[in-house]
Amino acid sequence: MGDALKDKIADVFNEPACGTNLSKSEQQRKKGCAKPLTPGAAAGGCAFDGAKIVLQPIVDVAHLVHAPLACEGNGWDNRGAASSGSDRYRTGFTTDMTELDIVMGHGERKLFRAIRELVEAEQPPAVFVYSTCVPALIGDDIDAVCKVASEKFATPCIPINAPGYVGSKNLGNKLAGEAMLDHVIGTVEPEFTTPYDINIVGDYNLSGELWQVKPLLDKLGIRILGSLAADARYKQVAMMHRARVTMMVCSKALINVARKLEERHGIPFFEGSFYGISDTSDSLRRMCRLLVDQGADTDLLDRCEALIAQEEAQIWADLDPFRPRVAGRKVLLYTGGHKSWSVVAALQELGMEVIGTSIRKATEEDKGRVVDIMGDDKHMFDNMAPKDMYRLLKDAGADVLMSGGRSQFVALKAKMPWVDVNQEKHEPYAGYMGMVDLLNAIDRAVNNPMWAELREPAPWDEPLTESRVLPALSGNCPVTGIPAGASRPVVTTVAPEPAPVTAPAEGVAAFPSSETDFEDC
Amino acid sequence: MARLKHPKRALSTNPLKSSTPLGAALAYLGIERAIPLFHGSQGCTAFAMVHLVRHFKEAVPLQTTAMNEVSTILGGADQIEEAIENLRAKSAPRFIGIASTALTETRGEDVVGELKEIVARRRDFDDTAIVYASTPDFDGALQDGWAKAVEAIIDALVPSVTERDPDLRQVTLLAGSHLTPAEIEELVRLVRAFGLTPIVLPDISSSLDGHVSDDWRGTSLGGTTIEDIARCARSGFTLAVGESMRGAAKLLEDKAMVPYRVFQSVTGLKPVDAFVRTLMGLSGQQDAPPSVKRDRSRLIDAALDAHFHTGGLKVAIGADPDLLFALSTTLASMGAEIVTAVTTSQHTPLIDRMPCDEVILGDLGDFERSARENGARMLITHSHGRHAAHRLHLPLVRAGFPIFDRIGAQDINRVGYRGTRAFLYEIANTVQAEHHRASPEDFGAAPIPEEFEHVPHAATC
Ligand code: SF4
Repeated sequence: MGDALKDKIADVFNEPACGTNLSKSEQQRKKGCAKPLTPGAAAGGCAFDGAKIVLQPIVDVAHLVHAPLACEGNGWDNRGAASSGSDRYRTGFTTDMTELDIVMGHGERKLFRAIRELVEAEQPPAVFVYSTCVPALIGDDIDAVCKVASEKFATPCIPINAPGYVGSKNLGNKLAGEAMLDHVIGTVEPEFTTPYDINIVGDYNLSGELWQVKPLLDKLGIRILGSLAADARYKQVAMMHRARVTMMVCSKALINVARKLEERHGIPFFEGSFYGISDTSDSLRRMCRLLVDQGADTDLLDRCEALIAQEEAQIWADLDPFRPRVAGRKVLLYTGGHKSWSVVAALQELGMEVIGTSIRKATEEDKGRVVDIMGDDKHMFDNMAPKDMYRLLKDAGADVLMSGGRSQFVALKAKMPWVDVNQEKHEPYAGYMGMVDLLNAIDRAVNNPMWAELREPAPWDEPLTESRVLPALSGNCPVTGIPAGASRPVVTTVAPEPAPVTAPAEGVAAFPSSETDFEDC
Repeated sequence: MARLKHPKRALSTNPLKSSTPLGAALAYLGIERAIPLFHGSQGCTAFAMVHLVRHFKEAVPLQTTAMNEVSTILGGADQIEEAIENLRAKSAPRFIGIASTALTETRGEDVVGELKEIVARRRDFDDTAIVYASTPDFDGALQDGWAKAVEAIIDALVPSVTERDPDLRQVTLLAGSHLTPAEIEELVRLVRAFGLTPIVLPDISSSLDGHVSDDWRGTSLGGTTIEDIARCARSGFTLAVGESMRGAAKLLEDKAMVPYRVFQSVTGLKPVDAFVRTLMGLSGQQDAPPSVKRDRSRLIDAALDAHFHTGGLKVAIGADPDLLFALSTTLASMGAEIVTAVTTSQHTPLIDRMPCDEVILGDLGDFERSARENGARMLITHSHGRHAAHRLHLPLVRAGFPIFDRIGAQDINRVGYRGTRAFLYEIANTVQAEHHRASPEDFGAAPIPEEFEHVPHAATC
């Protein structure tokens, strides 16, 4: 990898705003957050994947992947980030490098031509160019190509240097953020600004979750000026440096962006979540407080409290009908990071029992909150092997599994209800109103009459209580002429007229069974 | 008939093909207690896995050697060894199928040699069959990866025999990548109907048919057993379905002198007739079982009913070569016109035989453009075609891989008399579902003006 990329990686590994990072020694820090991957036991996306996850929701940009087929061919159009405008982000653009491009070293030229074709066909506000493993390995200089192309085609072409092999998804998230800081943020000035302008970082508007929150902001007169990258336009990223406050949603993946916005442009940030009732209120409070600190009118705080009081009262009223339908149900939560606790409180409040929660990717702070809510830490577990989870669910230690798509089949194959609470989900669960949707999903899952039916034993799982044995097949197969049942034991006994048997009869004679249909001989 | 058109452009818009290693992984999943292993960076595996899961709605035990920058430069033999060790410890697979990726191929390792050495040194790996196929992403498509994997499996696991010992009622069915689990099942049923016992290779019909098993295993949940693979050497005949299986069939002939026949398609009346004719010959039967005869006569009836809708129908189709050939020849035999054909790989002799003027080696961008220009009335491709269908306001019949916005993709059957019948119904019904109300303009007339504007009465009180 190039020196520039090496420096970048070293830079993002040294994250002063990250508590976990600070507690490490100099030596450990250099190694980064990612553990070295174990062959045969690794799962999850690559850095390129991570970069794409962060940036793809910028909806009007053309995302061009410089790669052989696999990176984009197997991956495009697989996430549910919603757009209120352009659909361009859904189109998969790739240079589809062939053997010839690689062997002959035509990669850069092909990329340049691809950008030209793309700009001519689409006139996007910008082209994001992703480098991947193969072009990085053969040394294609996408920075240089982007530079020339930007001038030539009067369209910003932004190099995103995050080839898959440099690390995990998480690292890719950060590298994507760096690319925005280096090339995009600060390049456009908004027409006007207000003291109520915020940035939202790290939300991807999956299934439209941002839109469940936006009404709350609207009511408070808060404007989303910049966004990385929920339902964002290119310009919104470019104008992020003019917001008053940055809210970092849900994860630390983009903390480098939030911190550098603070350092370079004096925009304070806070980490919040719109997942769960108390978290939503909490986030609104902190957002308003920071805005006031930054010069917004102090009455914002009162309006915020009033709004929270009203919305919370409303939402508990809306949730009440679910109480009898979910009370007493046992939930196993298997997600990562903040989600391990953000909904726990609400579920418990509704009478559900959380029997366990995973603390993968959770920080110490997250873990502390789990203990606060659940009383102790014996319900926390780290990784659970699918086999063990299957057993736990199969033995009905839980009534419902709430997790990401990865464990979906573990639950379903154990005939256990499953609710998707991760990235790929198809329903939005954010803000206050999202809780109703979530409870609705849980209700639909656990109270589906199908479960009882599926768990009934199969016809052969219970011993026969009555039987009537028919005479064996006789005659020859019309086609092959082979006598029916020639190679099988012929049952000659004819059972007497049905004498109802109450107990499973000893040695009940079965119908002679055949591997094939009779007509298939 | 058709010529191959290779658009001269650098930009690919909306890929049609899925990657070569993914095809290999899919084939490996048709082996019992298998784990496919990608030799590459972890991202490729994650993408491929999501892709497979979205299609089959099943957990897929795909793994990676997790190459990073250092191991890429130094070579990945250690990574492979470690991966095998870890997989064995965790899931005790009986079969590990390795597929290379663009990354490891660009670096150019001698994996075959190194693997040989590993297997020779690590006697503790003996109870796991390990197979390697070279499948760079930058060459070919899913179909090619599948074919290469099947050849690698035969190469490694079918013994060479120098004397014929044919088990005359046993045949090997080499299933091409375009066959769904239900389609393999249909072919098995046909073969069985003639009193023959098939060994299917690879058999995703028992591993990816969508079933609930009694326990959780980190390997495939069905498929061809290792023993059955070895037994292919004793088969009396090889039935290869899909042109891409020719190489594998030849290999079986080389290794065990098993004669073969390649069926480029088993969809459509004539192709299925040929298949049945072969089965009659193999079983020495002058007649076919009643169920088969009945199915044929029902197909004929279906064709009679469907031809009103398929005659003159302009179809755009995008798929891997084998599937493209099977579906488009069937439609052409029903009077439809293939106005656009886009495929993913030039490694096939079928291009010449496609029932259209040209075949574009391209993506869904080409597909959409050409379908629009040529006035297609129906689109046939995988789920990614939904964007084109939406923009062109045309119905989309989903075929191929991936189908992620419908459930039950594994149950689609378009082969044999029964499957062809279902396919004709599907096409005819899709045509009928499109309401076309004629308007004067359709016939070149001027639009008829509204006689009067309806003005609501003013309120009188
Ligand atoms: S690991 Fe590399 S080659 Fe594989 S998907 Fe990621 S960027 Fe592409």
